[in-house]
Amino acid sequence: MPERIYVGTKPNVRDALGEKIRQRIISDLGVGTINSVRTAAVYILNAQLFPSDLVSLAEGPLSDPIIQDYSINRTFTETFDWVVEVGFRPGVTDNAGRTAKEAVVIALGRTMPDSFSVHTGTQYFFSGNISQKQIERIGDEILANALIQSIKIYNHEEWLAVHTKEFGAPVVTDTHIVTPFVEVDLHVDDAALLAISKNGMLALSLDEMKCIQEYFLRQDVIDKRKSLGIPANITNVELEILAQTWSEHCKHKIFNADITYTEEGRRPVELKSLFKNYIQKTTQMVRDAKGDKDICLSVFKDNAGVIKFNDSSAIVFKVETHNSPSALDPYGGALTGIVGVNRDPFGTGMGCRLIANTDVFCFASPFFTGQLPPRILHPKRVLEGVREGVEHGGNKSGIPTINGTIVFDDRFLGKPLVYCGTLGLMPLEINGHKGWEKEAKNNDHIIMVGGRIGKDGIHGATFSSEPLHEGSPATAVQIGDPITQKRMTDFLLHARDADLYNAITDNGAGGLSSSIGEMARDTNGAVVNLDRAPLKYPGLEPWEIFVSEAQERMTVSVAPEKVDTFLETAAKWNVEATDLGVFTNTGFLDIRYNNATVAYLSMDFLHDGLPEMKLKATWKPPRQDVRPHYAASDVKSDLLNLMRRLNICSKEYVIRQYDHEVQAGSVVKPLCGTRNDGPSDAAVMRPDLNTFEGIVVSNGIVPRYSDVDAYAMVHCSVDEAVRNAVCTGADPSFMAGLDNFCWCDPVASDGNPDGEYKLAQLVRANQALLDLCVSYGIPLISGKDSMKNDYSIGSVRISIPPTLLFSLVAKIPDVRKAVTMDLKESGNALYLIGTTYPELGASEYAAMKGVKDIEVPKVHNPKESMACYSALFSAIGEGLVRSAHDCSDGGFAVALCEMCFSGELGASVDLSIASNNGCTTDVELLFSESTSRIIVEVKESNTARIEALFAGLPMKRIGTVTKGDMMHIKGHRQIPVLSVSRIDAKSAWKNVLQF
Amino acid sequence: MAKKTSAIVLTGNGTNCERETAHACTMVGFDKVDIVTVWELVNGDVELAPYDLLCLPGGFLDGDDLGSAKAQANRFLHTLVTKTKQPLFSQIMTFIGDGKLILGICNGFQLMVKLGLLPALGNSFTQQVTLTNNDSGRFEDRWVNLKANKASPCVFTKDIDTLYLPVRHGEGKFVTRDKEVLDQLKAKNQIALSYIDAETRMPTMKYPENPNGSQLSIAGVCDPTGRLFGLMPHPEAFLHKTNHPRWTRENLPEEGMGPKLFKNALNYISQNL
Repeated sequence: MPERIYVGTKPNVRDALGEKIRQRIISDLGVGTINSVRTAAVYILNAQLFPSDLVSLAEGPLSDPIIQDYSINRTFTETFDWVVEVGFRPGVTDNAGRTAKEAVVIALGRTMPDSFSVHTGTQYFFSGNISQKQIERIGDEILANALIQSIKIYNHEEWLAVHTKEFGAPVVTDTHIVTPFVEVDLHVDDAALLAISKNGMLALSLDEMKCIQEYFLRQDVIDKRKSLGIPANITNVELEILAQTWSEHCKHKIFNADITYTEEGRRPVELKSLFKNYIQKTTQMVRDAKGDKDICLSVFKDNAGVIKFNDSSAIVFKVETHNSPSALDPYGGALTGIVGVNRDPFGTGMGCRLIANTDVFCFASPFFTGQLPPRILHPKRVLEGVREGVEHGGNKSGIPTINGTIVFDDRFLGKPLVYCGTLGLMPLEINGHKGWEKEAKNNDHIIMVGGRIGKDGIHGATFSSEPLHEGSPATAVQIGDPITQKRMTDFLLHARDADLYNAITDNGAGGLSSSIGEMARDTNGAVVNLDRAPLKYPGLEPWEIFVSEAQERMTVSVAPEKVDTFLETAAKWNVEATDLGVFTNTGFLDIRYNNATVAYLSMDFLHDGLPEMKLKATWKPPRQDVRPHYAASDVKSDLLNLMRRLNICSKEYVIRQYDHEVQAGSVVKPLCGTRNDGPSDAAVMRPDLNTFEGIVVSNGIVPRYSDVDAYAMVHCSVDEAVRNAVCTGADPSFMAGLDNFCWCDPVASDGNPDGEYKLAQLVRANQALLDLCVSYGIPLISGKDSMKNDYSIGSVRISIPPTLLFSLVAKIPDVRKAVTMDLKESGNALYLIGTTYPELGASEYAAMKGVKDIEVPKVHNPKESMACYSALFSAIGEGLVRSAHDCSDGGFAVALCEMCFSGELGASVDLSIASNNGCTTDVELLFSESTSRIIVEVKESNTARIEALFAGLPMKRIGTVTKGDMMHIKGHRQIPVLSVSRIDAKSAWKNVLQF
Repeated sequence: MAKKTSAIVLTGNGTNCERETAHACTMVGFDKVDIVTVWELVNGDVELAPYDLLCLPGGFLDGDDLGSAKAQANRFLHTLVTKTKQPLFSQIMTFIGDGKLILGICNGFQLMVKLGLLPALGNSFTQQVTLTNNDSGRFEDRWVNLKANKASPCVFTKDIDTLYLPVRHGEGKFVTRDKEVLDQLKAKNQIALSYIDAETRMPTMKYPENPNGSQLSIAGVCDPTGRLFGLMPHPEAFLHKTNHPRWTRENLPEEGMGPKLFKNALNYISQNL
């Protein structure tokens, strides 16, 4: 029987967790009368231990004698009305349990049996007037997620009568005999083929199933299998490998599809592969145009993009999404998202040191009050869970979270978007080789490093290639373990510098199947022995071992003569490493279990056998016969209401909970200004403390504009990222972009009747990306697409608005020149760069007013915009700019207002002077979201010089920074139109998101 | 010729501020600065003895899973070095006995407290205080104003009046076992560093100036000799003026406020060891 130790705070000590839970229940549920919530940590020790051992463990590693008490195998407290015990379901990652097990072994100083495990949980003791129904609701909605956690609820009497030892321990007790493989008969009709795919959660289409069917009918395949004594039928291991390798998640089938694109009233156009013809082409055109100023080192072929930073280092950058898992378990999904994307740069080239994270989230309003569809969690719970997951993943990994944003739109109820990015710093040269290159060599050993394999994450790759539905598997959800990963990356950086491996890649979606399958392309084959793989618990079938997405694992290719050293060093560093097989040049992926072959697939077929999809796209341009009417209103209250909008208000409460300055390179933090709470435009940091060269990281994301035209949405996203970066001093000629598309299903079907329109939106988004990035000279270095962001249960279908996140990394030659957005001194001149157009369509203002308007912004003159950005870069380099801030959500008025309150200064400006193209109302001047506009503050003595730098460009002196609290704006015909106190505006802006 | 000065910066197992901590040591002029993983100490590949300053940097040792730094404290207390079969902890005791310096920052401070190295009242190395969950119940990254205690024997805060540094923790609330411990800390001037109000420049219990609710606004304490020092704020995070959150609007000296603590350690070592 397992032993139980409970640890909680002493009665006179504040229970911070309990207090937090109590407040959350009051604010989110408002049920019952809760006098107090006390908590106790539960340690379940799954072994026979002496009573004296239990006492020494409870008093030693498991409790803090200053503030905590403990109890052993009896209740921690008797003063409560209800107790709720939350633990993990068997097999779910329990990080504290793993740490506790290690601590127990060290403290007892003796070897424990193999079956020994420690499991953790939490008990919540509630006092107050709470009904059974209420406590169940608290358990469900606040304390536990039933997908991954078990929950037990008792009232006072019941609890004191319970024998808790009989609860046992949540171990996986799977005693079934493993079947090495099962044959699957594909000689069946189409309906049966589809049924095989559907029932097996394979997400393979009929065309794909038929293609596999044909392969197994090929004479050479039949002969080869016969000669090796393998069944002629496909094995379930092979089917799983193909489903993983060919999944939308891994193969990006939609981005590689043949598309017939029709614009209303025009002839259809045949497009081959959006990826090749837009994304790759953009980069190629930019690189060609840049010639010897090209900064790209490795694009599109590795886990992340690599650009040059300086003469000794390169920058590595990757952004991923983790939407589907975050919908089911926000905490685990987001935590896995961040530690997962960490491994992408880490597994690029020969590996790199991780220097920064970015995070961009899209949620429905946390104040949502409507009816929630089945299986959908409340948006506030999603927000808080995701926030905490990224907090734990980023902070515990020691990687600063330097840039991000949160976008709100109620369609993200269907699926939240969780974008996580990671940057790394890579030496240009590692042991005499280029750092960004790697190659597994024939006969190299395949070594898996890091965590063990469990059933967690099985079918993650295929699952994220489908909409969220009733059968969405809970095993696709998992919890990351940042410390196991940190130990692994610490060791691997050491191994890299000691020249112990030839290639490295991560085990992400698709697990070993993906990592080994990809690396085996270097040598054209591999032999893998799955029985050697270290497992979290017994009972895994070979196919499960191969496709499991259990986290914290890298695969490395180690030369035979270095295997012993590699394994010995790993053991010394307390990191598990296992020799799974060898890379070969046989042309086949040969998977074995206890020496029997369970999968034998041609490398060619595996990687190139997938048939191209053929899709249709139909574009209907938006129409608007009359310009919509914006009812006259009080612009002052309009502005204050804009400041309160979720997409504009302060995100400080999230930012503060992320460590944004570990590694000590932080130069422009996410928050700036007199009170350290102004909204910075971009992050500036020094990745190497020995040089003042730095990087600038920013993002652009505006899904609202997709409602009118995804072309405009992409234009505005790219320009926003660029504007943000140049405001802080980024060099516009040294920028690289990452495109992350999150779309609603663009493949038309009965359940998805407007698929052709959604695909047309995708085509237009790609056109815009190419057009603007080529004009701006920004190569795309990496990206990702997530195409099935829909919710579909019963008659409810919720599709997200098509969304591109454009992430940007740029260089700043000297961080000591960087600029922030807070106004600095009264008396300085204010300029507005760029031209304002009547573009209120899909703006925050239009959304607030409930007006449908199709006049969305776009970049009208990219050459001119870029000329402005270059002039701004020169001006910042000469030290002429005291502050700079771009106009985005909410337009000019919001931007200037933010500058005023961040610098605690006033401003007096006249917008009738500003460059204007067609604006006839003050509302347009104030709130239009036209692109390429930046407000700049300049000392009077430098005005002549900066005006010379902007000669011939739209840049107008519109006013002055003033002392005091007031922002005064004049509109058309120099008539005062808006006067507002920055203090009022700030309080509106700050008091929205405070959880 | 003067003796070469050396610092060891311990890392591994979740520590993550080792590079900037080592950078600070190098910046102020330590002749030799080594980043060493805890596994190298455990294996016996590296020993503490040759070094003058031991830095225990910030991070999340073992994920702070059993409470901040608890599992690492357990490891230090119970591990025998593989090569020598000697207790790892006795190396630390010898290091202290030799009159050398230990600096614990954030997670390193938590580790020192849980090992009983601080505050070591009555020269007893048992746990007398703790660092626990912030009153806010959350991890926070924010800059705080600090005042050093002029009367403190602390080697590291010598000649320092005030500091402005970031805190980045969820478990920084300083709590003593009882009032007697608190009184003694005060009486012996072991409270080397306190959170202060920006306006009044006086120790404060007000949030967020006191970011965690620490008793007596305690941000850092030393042992009775002043040679062992731990603090929650991060001096290694303010090495250059560009680290300051308002450097674009305030006239600041090129060097940040953090290096001074390391310089004090170096001076002490040069003069005394």
